Amino acid sequence: MNFILIAVIVLGAIGLIAAVVLFVASKKFAVYEDPRIAQVNELLPGANCGGCGFAGCGGMADALVKGADAGSIEGLSCPVGGTDVMGKVADLLGMAIANGEPKVAVVRCNGTCEHRPHIAEYAGLRTCAAIHACGAGETACGFGCLGCGDCVAACQFNAIHLNPETGIPEVDDDKCTSCGACVKACPRGIIELRKKGPKGRRVFVSCVNKDKGPVAMKACAVSCIGCGKCEKECPFGAIAVENNLAYIDPEKCRLCRKCVTVCPKKAIRDVNFPTPPPAPKPKEPKVEEAKA
Amino acid sequence: MNARSFRIGGIHPEENKLTNDIVTKVAALPKQAIFPLSQHIGAPAKPVVQKGDKVKVGTMIAEAGGFVSAPIYSSVSGTVFKIDTAIDATGYRKPVIIINVEGDEWEETIDRSDKLETVEAHPELTPEEIVNRVKEAGVTGMGGAGFPTFIKLTPPPTAKAECVIINAVECEPYITADFRLMMEKADEILIGLELLMIAAKVTTGYIGIETNKPAAIELLTKKCAEKFGGSKYSVEVVPLKQRYPQGGEKQLVDAVIRRQVPAPPAIPVNVGAIVQNVGTAFAVYEAVMKHKPLFERYTTVTGKKLQNPGNFLVRMGTPMKDLIDACGGMPDGDNKLLAGGPMMGKALTSTEVPICKGTNSVTIISDDEARRKEPEPCIRCAKCVGACPMGLEPYLLAKLSEVKNWERAEREDIVSCIECGSCQFTCPAHRPLLDNIRLGKAKVMGIIRSRAAKK
Repeated sequence: MNFILIAVIVLGAIGLIAAVVLFVASKKFAVYEDPRIAQVNELLPGANCGGCGFAGCGGMADALVKGADAGSIEGLSCPVGGTDVMGKVADLLGMAIANGEPKVAVVRCNGTCEHRPHIAEYAGLRTCAAIHACGAGETACGFGCLGCGDCVAACQFNAIHLNPETGIPEVDDDKCTSCGACVKACPRGIIELRKKGPKGRRVFVSCVNKDKGPVAMKACAVSCIGCGKCEKECPFGAIAVENNLAYIDPEKCRLCRKCVTVCPKKAIRDVNFPTPPPAPKPKEPKVEEAKA
Repeated sequence: MNARSFRIGGIHPEENKLTNDIVTKVAALPKQAIFPLSQHIGAPAKPVVQKGDKVKVGTMIAEAGGFVSAPIYSSVSGTVFKIDTAIDATGYRKPVIIINVEGDEWEETIDRSDKLETVEAHPELTPEEIVNRVKEAGVTGMGGAGFPTFIKLTPPPTAKAECVIINAVECEPYITADFRLMMEKADEILIGLELLMIAAKVTTGYIGIETNKPAAIELLTKKCAEKFGGSKYSVEVVPLKQRYPQGGEKQLVDAVIRRQVPAPPAIPVNVGAIVQNVGTAFAVYEAVMKHKPLFERYTTVTGKKLQNPGNFLVRMGTPMKDLIDACGGMPDGDNKLLAGGPMMGKALTSTEVPICKGTNSVTIISDDEARRKEPEPCIRCAKCVGACPMGLEPYLLAKLSEVKNWERAEREDIVSCIECGSCQFTCPAHRPLLDNIRLGKAKVMGIIRSRAAKK
C-alpha cells in the first residue's frame, strides 16, 4: 500500500515540477510566428520545386509575408501556381497582385541528327553533364544539345520530353510551370525561360553556338553564324549579335517574324503561329494581330 | 630487389610498353604550329604577339596571365598567322596562337651545344636565380597535370621541404617517354635534380622508378654514385614495385618516404616532399643551364594497331596528326585517340589537337579494346574499395553523385579522389564509377569554393 502511495506522490511531484518548467519556458522562449505565413503556405502549391528561387514553399511564404510588411511583394512570384495562386496570396496579404507575365522553357537548339552530323561516339556514362565534362560530345558543336535528357530527369511536372526522332527535348507548353529546374540541369545553358507570348506565339534564336561563322557552319546546318542579317532587318531593335550569336530580346520583340524570313541558316524559330512567316518581301506587318 | 610501393589500394593493368626499346626520334617540324594559351593549371597565358609578327624558336608569344600561370614560347620560327580558337585537349575550342612555320631559326640566347653544364661551373646559381629562370622559361609539370614548377619550388611558409622526389615511375600503361628520356639524358636529369635540390634548399633526393625499367634503375644508380658519391647530397634511386597509380604524387610520397599526405588542401610539401616529374627535371636543366625555354618534349606515340609506334622529341604545337602520320597513319576502323595513357588520358575527337607541355603520350586504342561493357547492378563486392589508392569508397561516392547528395559526398571526402580510375578498372559489373565521381567531385569543389568566397 505504502509503495503505491510513494510512487504516486513522487511521480505527481515530478510531473508538477516539469509542468511548471515547461510553462515558464514556453512563455519566456516563445518565438512569435506570423500566422499569415502558415496561411500563405497553405495557398501555395506545396510542390517545393524551388522555381521561385527559395528552397521550398515555406521559404516563399516567409518572404511573401516579409515583403507585405515591407510594402511590396513585387518580384516574388510562384511559377507553378501562376496568377491564380498569386492573386489569392495578394488578397490575403492585402497587396496588389504581383503579376508576372507567364513564361515557358524554350530549348534553344535545333541540332537534330539530320542537321548535325556525328563525328565521334561516346561510350561513357550517359548523362549530359558527363558528356559535357569530356568535351564537345558526339558532334562537332561544343554548345548544342547533348540529348541525354538531364532536363527531362530534372522536370517535376512531366513537361519536357526527348523527341526520339530528333534527339532534342521538347517542352509541353501547357504543363511547363517555368520553375527553371531544366535551365539549371542543362550543363550547356541551352534552355531559357522566355515570355510565353500571346497565344503561345514567340520567336527565338534556336541556337547557342558562339563559334565563328565558318566553324559553326561546319558543325551544324542550322547554327547561328552571327551574320547579323536579322539584327539589320529587325524594325524594333530587338535583336543583338554578340560573340557570333544573335539574341532576340523578348521584351522588345513584336513578333513580326521578318528575322525568321531573313535568316540564311533557318536558326530563328517561330512557334504557334497559324500562318507561315512573311515572304521575303515584307507585306503587311503582323504586329496588330499578334498584339490582339 | 626489395621493392617498395604505396600502402593502400592500387591495381596492375597490362603494361603494353610497346616502345621501350625504340630510340627517340626527332619529330619533323610542322607546317603550322598551334599553341593553346591554357596548357597549365591556373590562369591562361596572355598573348604578347600579334598577327603578322615574326617569331623565332624560343620567342615568348604569351606571358603569364597571373601568379599561378606560365608563359608560352614559340617552338618554331615563322609568322604569327592568327590568334583564334582551336580544339585543345579539353575537347572544346579555346584561344590559341597559330604560327606558320618558316625555316628553323633559334633565338641566339639559347645554348644549342651538347656540352654538359655542371653546377660547379656556375657559381651564380642561387636558389632564387634558379627559381626565377624556371619561372621565366615557362616550365610546368611534365607528367600531365601541368602545375607551374616554380610554385612547387617555393612552398608556403607553413611547410618546410625536406627532400625532392623525382617521379620516374611511369606507371601508366603504354607510355615510355620518361624511360627513353632517362636512358638518353641521364646526366642532364641528375643535374636537373641537383638544381631542384638547390632551389628547394634541401640535400636529400630520391628517384622513384618502377622495377619494370631495370635498365633505367641500373643506369641511374651508377650515375648517381658517380655524381653524388662523396658530395653533400644524398640521392637514392628507389626501385618501386609495379603498381598503378604509383605515379600519383601522394602515392609516390607514401611509397618512397612512407608518409601520407593529408586530405586536400594539403599538398606533398606539407609532409616535406617536393615531387617533380623526371621530364620536369630535364626541362629545369635546359631552362637554367641552356637558357632554353620549355618548347619541346619527349612524347610517346603508341597503340597496338599502329604500324610504327615510337618515341619522339617533338616541338610543342605540332598537331597530333603529324606524329600519327610519322608512325604509319591512323589504323583502319574506329579508334579511340587519347592525349595521355589509357588510364588517365583524355579522349579526343580531333587529330588536329597539338602537343602541349603536358602531353606525355598520344595513345591510339582500337575499337574492340576501347569499347565499354554494358554496366550491371552493383553487387557490393567492394573490389573498388580495395583498389582505391586514396582509401575512399568509390561505389558509395558514385551513388551519392548520382543522387546528388552533395553534403554526404563532401563528408565522404569526394574531393580526395585523384581520378585515377582504379575503381572503374576493377569493377566486375563495369559500372561507370569514375564518371559519376568526377561529376560529383567537380560539383562539391564548386560548392566549397563558393562557400569560401562568401566568408
